[in-house]
Amino acid sequence: MSTVLKKTRSLEDAALHYCPGCSHGVVHRLVGEAIDEMDLREQTVGIAPVGCSVFLDAYFDFDIIQAAHGRAPAVATGVKRALPDRFVFTYQGDGDLASIGMGELVHAAARGERITIIFINNTNYGMTGGQMAPTTLENQVTTTTPEGREARLSGYPIRVPELLCSLQGAVYLSRVSVHNPKNINKAKKSIKKAFQVQRDGLGFSLVEILSVCPTNWRMNPVQSIQWLEENMIEVYPLGELKTVQGVS
Amino acid sequence: MSRVLMKGNDAIGAGAIAVNCRYYYGYPITPQNEIGEYMARELPRAGGVFIQAESEVAAINMVYGTSATGARVMTSSSGPGISLKMEGISYIAAAELPCVIANIMRGGPGLGNIAPSQSDYFQATKGGGHGDYRLIVLAPSSVQEIYDFTRIAFYLADKYRNPAVILGDGFLGQMMEVVEILDSEADDDYATGPEKPWATTGCEGREKNVINTLLMEPDQLEAHNWKLNRKYRQIAENEKRVVMYRTEDAEILVVSFGIAARISREAVDMARSEGIKAGLIRPITLWPFPDHAFNDLDSVKGILTVEMNTGQMLEDVRLSVNGRVPVEFYGRTGGNLPDSKDVLEEIKKIGGV
Amino acid sequence: MAVKAKVKIFREKCKGCGLCVKFCPRGILELDKKINIQGYNPAIVIDEDKCSGCGFCFLVCPDVGIEVEKLEEGSK
Repeated sequence: MSTVLKKTRSLEDAALHYCPGCSHGVVHRLVGEAIDEMDLREQTVGIAPVGCSVFLDAYFDFDIIQAAHGRAPAVATGVKRALPDRFVFTYQGDGDLASIGMGELVHAAARGERITIIFINNTNYGMTGGQMAPTTLENQVTTTTPEGREARLSGYPIRVPELLCSLQGAVYLSRVSVHNPKNINKAKKSIKKAFQVQRDGLGFSLVEILSVCPTNWRMNPVQSIQWLEENMIEVYPLGELKTVQGVS
Repeated sequence: MSRVLMKGNDAIGAGAIAVNCRYYYGYPITPQNEIGEYMARELPRAGGVFIQAESEVAAINMVYGTSATGARVMTSSSGPGISLKMEGISYIAAAELPCVIANIMRGGPGLGNIAPSQSDYFQATKGGGHGDYRLIVLAPSSVQEIYDFTRIAFYLADKYRNPAVILGDGFLGQMMEVVEILDSEADDDYATGPEKPWATTGCEGREKNVINTLLMEPDQLEAHNWKLNRKYRQIAENEKRVVMYRTEDAEILVVSFGIAARISREAVDMARSEGIKAGLIRPITLWPFPDHAFNDLDSVKGILTVEMNTGQMLEDVRLSVNGRVPVEFYGRTGGNLPDSKDVLEEIKKIGGV
Repeated sequence: MAVKAKVKIFREKCKGCGLCVKFCPRGILELDKKINIQGYNPAIVIDEDKCSGCGFCFLVCPDVGIEVEKLEEGSK
């Protein structure tokens, strides 16, 4: 009896273009595995907005629509309302989701759209070279906060699942991390739970995934894992911010 | 065939539902609120989906999503809201997705006012959004035409995989006229669209479909742009529409669209009754612009473009005329309509009367 | 209950991020001094006999660049 841990069906063979150590690769794998373990591939429509993961369609073997920056929840709404029995998810970065896309995010959640949002939080705008994002930490150096983010001038980081908690339509909101094997396994469980919430037609689900961005953090991958652990978790606590009974 | 008294804005909704549009996403803005309200009442009854989106930006992106699934879908707005939609429209055109967008024009620029105007002609026909793309633009001038052109818009959008615009204005949107409606969908040539094997519906039984507009390799993006360009040239070859009124022996041509054309037509009739050989060219498609209507200008002494703006279609008229004959302009804007008596005066000036 | 496991690293996909090296509980992975086709120093297995098949390397790899085959005792 042998078990093999290998690339799951929904992932294409293409080599990933992401930077060495980037969490996108880990999360792509978790999403692909969740979709395959729940037999969703042929019902799936993924929405890929602007950000490092705009190239999502190269890495997954299911239908994908590329969306404009910030607009994935609206595009997903358009898809899910037309095809209510399909599985629709978005895969968004922190700039896309919490900056330009904040309106679409809040309203999709408020409407209780039966979609799932995979939210990659690496505290900066990765694709464009490391500018401040709504999730950049206080004192964090980015290319647009070269002296470190000063709250007096640039405000405070936004905790997205907490923000959405008051919305009745948002039924499953969680925050996980992928900085070590134990948390990677927890992340996958949460992703599958969010997917199940959609399949059960219960409402809007979102999983925020704390991720590393070695290149723009100006660190090597191992250092970036440590930085996440030491700095991000106290600002962005892990756990289920909001959940529903009866879904596991 | 039934005859129904209908408001212009309602006729857009009625026309859309008649040809199997079952999805509408919009946002309130005067003077087109009745469109959304009509859809809120009627679409659920027809088994469709109405969403009042959080903004015009969200609405156009919902349109993009539904269109990607292969369903007929539309949105509507007025100038400021159409401006907000521009990025989304560029994406839809780039992705070669069909949809219908109604713009019930109001005074601009900026917040302007809620009275009618025709000042979004440039926005509709020359871009508005970024990149090399075109929109099919239809300009009704009666509630009947609003109803009919909405149906045709869905047909053309599907045929060419391109957004199509109904360019109305606050006057047309608010007025009420009798509309003849087909009793059965079976009689409607525009009711069913083509198969859409490219749609993203879940990849069961086939290879995956991808709807995207990012082509990083310059050669790939250039090829895509030329492909779009060939399509636009095909549309220009096949779909130019215009109404020629009393132009056969005309010495003075008035060129006008939409509500301004009704006023201009009255002025043309007034001129004729005074012995002036005036005629009206009324473009139905603003893009593709019916430049062929200007082929024969042998007996024409002068052309008057009448619009509710400060001179937009004027430029396309000048391009079509290409210097052969003087082209003059008369415009009212800010919510004011031209008066047929004033148009007549301008016709007379051109005629040297 | 001896467990045998095999780790396969796709050398040319590896970007030498070092995460698998960091998280291997048995320390059987390290970065090769020789570079791969992309110019990275890819991970290599230096002591496969010690592999427990825990799969941590597979979990943390951002490039789907590792396969782990875990064999129970008595199987081929």
